[in-house]
Amino acid sequence: MTGEGIRQAILDIIKEIVPDEDLSSVDPEKPFRDQIDLDSMDFLDIVMELRKRYSVEVPEQDYPHLLSMSSTVDYLLPKMESL
Amino acid sequence: MRYDTVIIGAGLSGLAAGVRLAHYGKKILILERHYRIGGLSSFYRAGGIDVDVGLHAVTNYNPSGPKSAPMARLLRRLRIRLEDLELFPQFESRITFPGAMLRFSNDPELLSTQVEEVFPGQGENFRKLARLVDDLYSRDFESGPASARKIVSSIITEPLLVEMLFCPLMFYGCPQEDDMDFRQFALIFLSVYNEGMARPRRGIRPLLELLESRFEASGGELRTRCGVSRVEVEGGQARAVITDKGERIECGAVLSSAGLLETAVICPEVLATRGSTAGGPEPEPGRMSFIESIHALDAPARDCGHGFSLNFYSDDEKFIYRRPEEPVNTKSGVICLTGNFDYDKPVDKELLRHTQMADPFYWEGLNKEEYATEKKTWRKRSDHSLFTKVPGLAEHSTFLDMFTPATIKKFTGHINGAVYGAPVKIKDGITPVENLFICGTDQGYLGIVGSMVSGVGIANWHLLK
Repeated sequence: MTGEGIRQAILDIIKEIVPDEDLSSVDPEKPFRDQIDLDSMDFLDIVMELRKRYSVEVPEQDYPHLLSMSSTVDYLLPKMESL
Repeated sequence: MRYDTVIIGAGLSGLAAGVRLAHYGKKILILERHYRIGGLSSFYRAGGIDVDVGLHAVTNYNPSGPKSAPMARLLRRLRIRLEDLELFPQFESRITFPGAMLRFSNDPELLSTQVEEVFPGQGENFRKLARLVDDLYSRDFESGPASARKIVSSIITEPLLVEMLFCPLMFYGCPQEDDMDFRQFALIFLSVYNEGMARPRRGIRPLLELLESRFEASGGELRTRCGVSRVEVEGGQARAVITDKGERIECGAVLSSAGLLETAVICPEVLATRGSTAGGPEPEPGRMSFIESIHALDAPARDCGHGFSLNFYSDDEKFIYRRPEEPVNTKSGVICLTGNFDYDKPVDKELLRHTQMADPFYWEGLNKEEYATEKKTWRKRSDHSLFTKVPGLAEHSTFLDMFTPATIKKFTGHINGAVYGAPVKIKDGITPVENLFICGTDQGYLGIVGSMVSGVGIANWHLLK
């Protein structure tokens, strides 16, 4: 998977969890939390969706990497590029 | 075949837990003793229509509320959209006591102004109570149990108003007699008075079918007419469940929505270290149960002069909420007019539902003949109090059915037909059996939304690791 593919995968997951949010203008450098109304359970759901869809494990100590779109993509790239 | 989790009971809590767990790839089996799913919120066919067994209205409605509201959070966990529930808001409800009537709707302002109008000088006290409730909720209920009657009476200084405010909240979710835990009071206060009520136009069935199809689409298995007679425990761990037919099913965990004491019947180990060693009281079953009669209307209730969605009434100034001495307490009740919600198109059949407190011991002690006779007798008395509240509706209504505490016990297995479960709740769902958890009525959240919140919460905390 490429960085762009991972970005789309993340957007698809967020779209499933909060279908009413407008994701078209998400700034990749800004924290998700400042742009999308996500609570801690929503974040856990994103992590669990990654496991379900791509068998990617994100251990709890790595959650800070999921701050923004670009940091998430950077973090996931080594885990997902071979998919 | 070994399952990650076997869920006992296909009511709303068990189904919601099943949907959540199956979605994340867990191998789940739900076992339901009844031939139909839904538990305390099921339905049956009568007079050619679906009749709900429990549902009057869905609380926690709040369609434009924050994302942190219970309904919104629940729906995100289940990947269900609010539109899927096809909910339509109430018009207006009322609380009717001798000499006083309060109206309330999904706009909390109405109740606030009503309180000031009907009880001059109490408006500020009511707002103070509402703030306290809000405050408690945002602190996540970390405080210990406290008497709601004591707290509310210390704020609201007009006794009749206290009784009136308690009436709908007790009818809609109080497992204990006479009083309730203030945290429970706060929860129901918010869900009924602040967030408001709505009804699905076609009743509970579409929601049950939605959950069932979601569950099965994620690979979950559901068996009806398949009760559990025993949970096999070894070394403090549930290893397997044995069905009524004697089949042994291995599992990694058990989630029981049957109720704590009901679960103890098939798994005595869940009570092992409770009581004396835990320092708490021995768990006792709930004793609050109800009769409900259901009538079909051949004319819209509104055209007969009755535009309310729900009417909570008491003929005594003091609202008595306890197991009645008589088979039925005909002095108070709830009337639900199912047609009086703001639907997009008319309902197939408008129903008039009437609920009153009943003595479960009496109704369960009758033999078959006595039961039939007594049902007739008390239906007449109950109808009498009903039709004095809604004059003009008697000639437009056809009696469909009446259920009693014995009916509830028979179809849901809940001891004493106690629809709100036992007074003592197990908030964390944990039992002395390490991998057996409790969800549903005895976990503490009540109502349509609450029961699903319970199932999802316990699934998240204990079974999705």
